[in-house]
Amino acid sequence: MAVTERFNGPQDPSERVSGGSPAGPADTPRSSKKPLRRLGPSPALAIAFLLPAAVLLGVWVVYPIVYSIYRSLFDSAGTGFVGLGNYATIFSDEGMLTTIRNNLIWVVAAPIVVTTLGLIFAVLTERIRWSTAFKLIVFMPMAVSLMAAGVIFRLVYEEDPDKGIANAVLTTVHDTFSSSQGYPEARPREGDESPVTAQGGGAITKQAAQPGQPVLIPIVGVKPGIMPSDAQPAKPPAGGDTLSGTVWFDFTAGGGGTNNAIDDGEKGLPGMTVEAVMDGRVAGTATTAEDGSFRFAGLPAGSYVLRLPESNFQASYNGLTWLGPTLITPAIIGAFVWVWAGFAMVLIAAGLAAIPRDALEAARIDGATEWQVFRRITVPLLSPVLLVVFVTMIINTLKVFDLVFIIAPSSVQPEANVVALEMWRVSFGGGNNQGLGSALAIFLLILVLPFMIMNIRRFRRENA
Amino acid sequence: MTTVSAPAPVGLEAGAPPRSLAGRIVDRLGSGVVQVVMVLLGLFWLVPTLGLLVVSLRSVQVNSAEGWWTIFTKPAELTIENYSNLLASGFTASFWNTVAITVPTTILVIGIAAMAAYAFAWMEFPGRDTLFLVVVGLLIVPIQIALIPIASFYGGIGIFGSIPGVVLFHVAFGLPFAIFLLRNFFVGIPASLLEAARMDGASEWKIFASVVFPLGKPAIASLGIFQFLWVWNDMLIALVFANPGSQPMTKALQSQMRQFGSNVDILSSGAFMSLIIPLVLFFAFQRYFVQGMMAGSVK
Repeated sequence: MAVTERFNGPQDPSERVSGGSPAGPADTPRSSKKPLRRLGPSPALAIAFLLPAAVLLGVWVVYPIVYSIYRSLFDSAGTGFVGLGNYATIFSDEGMLTTIRNNLIWVVAAPIVVTTLGLIFAVLTERIRWSTAFKLIVFMPMAVSLMAAGVIFRLVYEEDPDKGIANAVLTTVHDTFSSSQGYPEARPREGDESPVTAQGGGAITKQAAQPGQPVLIPIVGVKPGIMPSDAQPAKPPAGGDTLSGTVWFDFTAGGGGTNNAIDDGEKGLPGMTVEAVMDGRVAGTATTAEDGSFRFAGLPAGSYVLRLPESNFQASYNGLTWLGPTLITPAIIGAFVWVWAGFAMVLIAAGLAAIPRDALEAARIDGATEWQVFRRITVPLLSPVLLVVFVTMIINTLKVFDLVFIIAPSSVQPEANVVALEMWRVSFGGGNNQGLGSALAIFLLILVLPFMIMNIRRFRRENA
Repeated sequence: MTTVSAPAPVGLEAGAPPRSLAGRIVDRLGSGVVQVVMVLLGLFWLVPTLGLLVVSLRSVQVNSAEGWWTIFTKPAELTIENYSNLLASGFTASFWNTVAITVPTTILVIGIAAMAAYAFAWMEFPGRDTLFLVVVGLLIVPIQIALIPIASFYGGIGIFGSIPGVVLFHVAFGLPFAIFLLRNFFVGIPASLLEAARMDGASEWKIFASVVFPLGKPAIASLGIFQFLWVWNDMLIALVFANPGSQPMTKALQSQMRQFGSNVDILSSGAFMSLIIPLVLFFAFQRYFVQGMMAGSVK
């Protein structure tokens, strides 16, 4: 398959050339270059070749660094000298401190998650036959703009579980493991006639229930929007010897009807949890059916009190407020991971392919388990690649802008803020303080400076 | 074609030493678990984009009433009305602005960087190695550093808000990576080829145009695709330097974000339109894309 060849691309020799591999072909021409010198062009010609790039880099990149340092020492109008005042603001303003805290969370969490996932994916793709398809899918977000990725995740994180897939999945999983239906504000019918009474936020029968005698549990105050669409007209369970009964909405639409009795048109309340209690201990639980009936199978004979625990009367689980102030940064980091995991995976997979198989086989023959092989041989041999991925991610998280800007709704942007976004907001997005904006830009430059030096040193070492 | 005898030890266990029966069963189970986990992960990566596509193909009313996944039971709800509304709303202009920014930038970056890379790789001049280290250092300069100075510079020369202003900014910030990538590739061209050309008395321009540039095609393709996507997908530079008349799609869409709920029709279809060309390019040239990315990972 053509696609397979393409994704194997990084392994072919030409890749190593374009990849600037340290020990690769780069060495050959360098050493053989010396004799060329006499034939080579004059330095003047070299300057002609370099000139367009030098002008652009000089004016658009180098000059702005110098100008920003200068500008950061002045106030918003650009006329009053404030010294390091703008830098002091960065570290004293409350909103700024939130911003810096968020950047810290980003720098600590995102690179670790991305690198770990990339490593897991790279290892696992070696174990499936459709690895090419998998790599394509995971790598695809790299081609998509962060703007589009932001729109994609705004949709994913919609709070309404009927619209946002994240909460739809959460509620489905949640409802699989616990009562799916909640009836907030509903309550047992009170009064002397009623067979039940409220207790501890739930409901409990006044009399002990006997097997063979269906128990009626009338509920009132079920709001129209809460009534499940699958609720059926209530009916008592057909007799039998087991403990059984009905939980229903004791309210006849349009008036009429007898309290505490199941009238025509009254509906059962499905999904209620009913507990059978004896001597203060829960002896069994049942869940009501669509017509509100329930039945305890296999309870030993005896007299039980039936109880509807409080959980029935709490609102149903609706997932998380992803885009609220608390979860916004983790939610955006989730989108970042979605975008960058493919990058980490492809880079690490290429590193994995370069590991000599002999080393792994030798360890296996010596009786090492797969985990030991992975932990003691694969990971150490991969560490240069892992470092590259990790550092790239740190630089990316320091500069993160688009995703925060797009995913965080404007009301929570102060809680989601990061330095790169704040720089834009302060200087162009309404703040109109280019002194502080310049200081933030310099702050950002200082943050990436260690990695700049690292790159230069590594390049010198590799090309020495 | 006939009945299959004992399962051959192919696939991931190929070449591994024989295992005990128990070990093989564990492997099989493990591989089953891996398959399931990978399918789930694949879905995790695929589903968000699929959601965007479906939302963009359903009407506002339907989207506000139910989740996009209900489409599997009601495929009849699909409509292209969002797209026709989008095209009628003038979004087309920002599409062409994106093209008008991206294509010249890509060509200029390739041309200017190739010349500089050739000088760095094959010409002798004082301070060459130091200058190249400066380029390596510039690789990760945040573009935020230049927003304020260049905005006032553009204001001074009157190109603020124009497409050329946006293009020049992109070109400048694309150059360090481009020079780095191409120089490392050009250095690997066999010296004998250049030597022969120089012996024949070919000028440096001729060597550059007819030897180095053609030989550098794989790296230039990687650079081209990478640069194209980078500029096509940019939002920050457009946000600052483009005006409503010159704005690319990313900025046009961003201006609709404030009312996300009511603009979901425009946003979803617009976002999908903005990503369709990058996706097509990605699938067509993924090899070059991956190579460019790997080469640039020194960033």
